Amino acid sequence: MKRTYADLHLCPDLANAEQVLRMVNKASELGYRLVAMTVPPSFAETNVKGLLNVCKEAKMDLATRVDLKPKTPGELLKALRRFRREFEIVAVTCESKDVARQAAKDRRVDLLNFSPFDFRRRFFDLAEAELASNGLACLEIDMKPLLTLEGPSRIRLLSSLRRETAIAKKSGVPIVMSSGASGELLMRRPLEQAALANLFDLGQTAALDAVSRNPMSIVKRNLEKLGSRFVAPGIRIVRRGKDC
Amino acid sequence: MLKRVKRRYLALEIDSKEPISSSELMDAVWNAVGKLYGEYGASRTGLKLIDYDAERRFLVVRAAHTAVEMVRTALASITRIGNKPVAIHVLAVSGTIKALYKKTKP
Repeated sequence: MKRTYADLHLCPDLANAEQVLRMVNKASELGYRLVAMTVPPSFAETNVKGLLNVCKEAKMDLATRVDLKPKTPGELLKALRRFRREFEIVAVTCESKDVARQAAKDRRVDLLNFSPFDFRRRFFDLAEAELASNGLACLEIDMKPLLTLEGPSRIRLLSSLRRETAIAKKSGVPIVMSSGASGELLMRRPLEQAALANLFDLGQTAALDAVSRNPMSIVKRNLEKLGSRFVAPGIRIVRRGKDC
Repeated sequence: MLKRVKRRYLALEIDSKEPISSSELMDAVWNAVGKLYGEYGASRTGLKLIDYDAERRFLVVRAAHTAVEMVRTALASITRIGNKPVAIHVLAVSGTIKALYKKTKP
């Protein structure tokens, strides 16, 4: 079966409409079917509609994404209550261990993201993976730092990623690879992203799943949840009668 | 008896607004392979420039078939050549040059 590819982390400057258009067109040219853009929580609904139109013209699907950076678990819960139903993808950048643990076990969190620059703040260990495997969160790996870092910092990042992907595989936590690109020259074809995963020993099938099946399933699941017919996982309204 | 060396041809597209010469390009590719896999790894790739069309920004390189993924990874890791920001995309991979040009016909 032919794979459909998704990039769940594009970070264009949303104030620059031209750049947004260029990046969406580039994603389409590179073979992606769906892109997700990081949108600030205050971004107006009309602006989102503008983005949707841009993607429609390029024959792409768009998912809106919010990146939460809470300092405490309480802040995270508050933000999730506020934003979960407004965005298709919720990613949490874990800056402390408490936040990472809370994010991993909360079923409203889609993506767990860790700092690529501060290696003491990468909290994806066995305990975190265990919690994430019981929840719905996936481990997100951005490719941008892999491309932009050089020398010892890239070596350290690769070593962390190798350890984390091995833990994720062992615990059955899905991995999502995104570009994290802020410009079109940092975007890569899906097969190239999968090839970059060789650097941290992910394996070709798992790497291809990380740019196709795993991100697509997150978006599909959330679109279903955000739909008006959704009641609970596996239960949805088929028809509304007069007597109910 | 020595095994016959199998090769693969890669058609590449250069994404950059500035002109880039073939020697600059190949230097960048060799550097990227060397950085990621070291001199030993680079020696196993069997990289060679076959064709470069500067106008179309189209490049064909040859690599050992066992090293295609290594080359693909190294190419994806290139973000600049000198001071020029650049991205290199693999358009197609083939076992013969003839089939490669057929696949990438504009």
